[in-house]
This record gives sequence, C-alpha cells and structure tokens, in this order.
Amino acid sequence: MKSAVVVFPGSNCDRDCAVAIERSTGSKAEMVWHMESELPPLDLIVLPGGFSYGDYLRCGAMAALSPVMGAVKVAAERGTAVVGICNGFQVLCEAGMLPGALLRNAGLKYVCKRVTLEIINSQTRFTSAYGEKREAVMTVGNGEGNYFADEETLDRLEGEGRVVFRYQDNPNGSARAIAGIVNAGGNVLGVMPHPDRAFELDLGSADGAALFQSVAASA
Amino acid sequence: MKVRVEVFLKAGVLDVQGKAIEAALGGLGFAGVSEVRVGRIIAYDAAGDDRAAAETQGKAMADKLLANAVIESYRVEVA
Repeated sequence: MKSAVVVFPGSNCDRDCAVAIERSTGSKAEMVWHMESELPPLDLIVLPGGFSYGDYLRCGAMAALSPVMGAVKVAAERGTAVVGICNGFQVLCEAGMLPGALLRNAGLKYVCKRVTLEIINSQTRFTSAYGEKREAVMTVGNGEGNYFADEETLDRLEGEGRVVFRYQDNPNGSARAIAGIVNAGGNVLGVMPHPDRAFELDLGSADGAALFQSVAASA
Repeated sequence: MKVRVEVFLKAGVLDVQGKAIEAALGGLGFAGVSEVRVGRIIAYDAAGDDRAAAETQGKAMADKLLANAVIESYRVEVA
C-alpha cells in the first residue's frame, strides 16, 4: 500500500500515524509537507491530529486552505482513500470534503481518555477488516470534538450508512454520538478518536490497526 | 477605511463558552443577564474609499475564510 501522512505546522500525531500505518500494514508511509501542491499516486492519505496552524481562527480552517489540500481534493475525487483523524477530521470539514463541523466540547473541557466505539458500518473501505467485531476501543484527545450538523444532514448521514463510528458514552456532546463519518463516495473518513494511538496492545488497545488494514486490503 | 467583520455562532448552535460566562456572571452577582454569546471580531484596514466595495470584499472574505457557514453567521461593518 502506498500511503502518505500530511504534515502541517502544528501537527503532532504525524509520526504516530506513520508508525501506526507501518506496524498495522507492513508498508511505510511517506511524509508530505503542507506546502506540496502535488502528490504521487497513493492508496491512502492521512491528515493527522494536532493543532495545525495553532488552531488559529477555527480548528482546521487555515490548514484547509494550504497548498497540499488542493492535491488531497484531487486525489479524493479520483477515489484515493483519505482519513482525517482528530484535527484531520476538522480539516476535512473545513475543506468541505465532509459535512458538518466540530464545535467546542459540550463540557468545555479538553477530553483525553479511552472510549469504546460502536462500529455502525463495517462495510466501508475503512472498517471491512473489523469483520464481525462490533466495538472498537480507541482514545480521544480533543477540545473541539463536538460533531455538529443540521438535522437534515444528520438524517441523511444515518440513512445512507455514512455514520461509521458512534461513541458508546459520548465524551464531547457530539450530535447523535457521532465519532466518525464518511463522504458520499465512501472514500473519505473523518474520525475524532485516534486509531493511531491504538494499534498494538502495549498502547492499551490494538483496535485501530484494523482501520489501516481495511484500507490496505482494498488497495 | 476601518472594516470590522463580526462572527458569531448561529442561533440554534449551542454556545458553550457563552453559557459558561453567563453562569460565571450570575455567580458574581450580575443579575438579569441572559443569552450571552461569544463571538469574534476581525478588524482590518481596507484601501480606497468605496464603502460598498469594501463591504462586498468583507463578505467574500467571510464566506471564504473568516466564518464557517455551517455553524456561524457574520456581519460586515465599514466605518
């Protein structure tokens, strides 16, 4: 599998993502600086967690306009799998590649803890390797992880099977406890919890590995 | 010209900062304060003296970057 991890100024999970991809799938990821405006042919692009551009203006707002995002959009339109994790999810929403937005957590506090996710749709390119598994344990670390979209959009996401992960115990007030969604084409995933922090048992959970393995299997 | 773009969360989008500040103000004894909303002001100088053009430019910038239409509304003020 050919994969790349985008590095924005302020990204802090870029290396975690690269290690997670390599340990989960056996293939090395390339690191791509945000100023690049072209990407080589890829099977997977990961937008990592962190605080791109210092979270200035709104989380992900500036990163969404960086040169690399033009290339990410082109790749996504051609069907390349794109995963935005945490800040990467915020970037995808700001870039208009996923519907909705991530608001300040309902409890106002930064939430950093282990969460159990329900795998709502295991037929996606990002969840096929979960098989019969219906739950996955990962960690969240966010201050603005409160997923928001209008009711009509939420109904559509649910109706079209685009809600991929849901929190069992909603940590941040997300609408309908949504933790991860895909775009209409099914090749762009935004997920607030970190599969990159849960890819081997030494980290407390290995449930994130199957996400990268799903993409590798479809590559 | 001095231009100010005011950005607020739309009505119906829970403003948790506003709620927290409202509760704190109540705790300090300020009575009769409700519907506290926290917004953002982006202020800048616009060249020329065409107010309508400055307003159009401010709106275009708000649509493109300064506000997120999914959750926020904005107002452009040219002084």
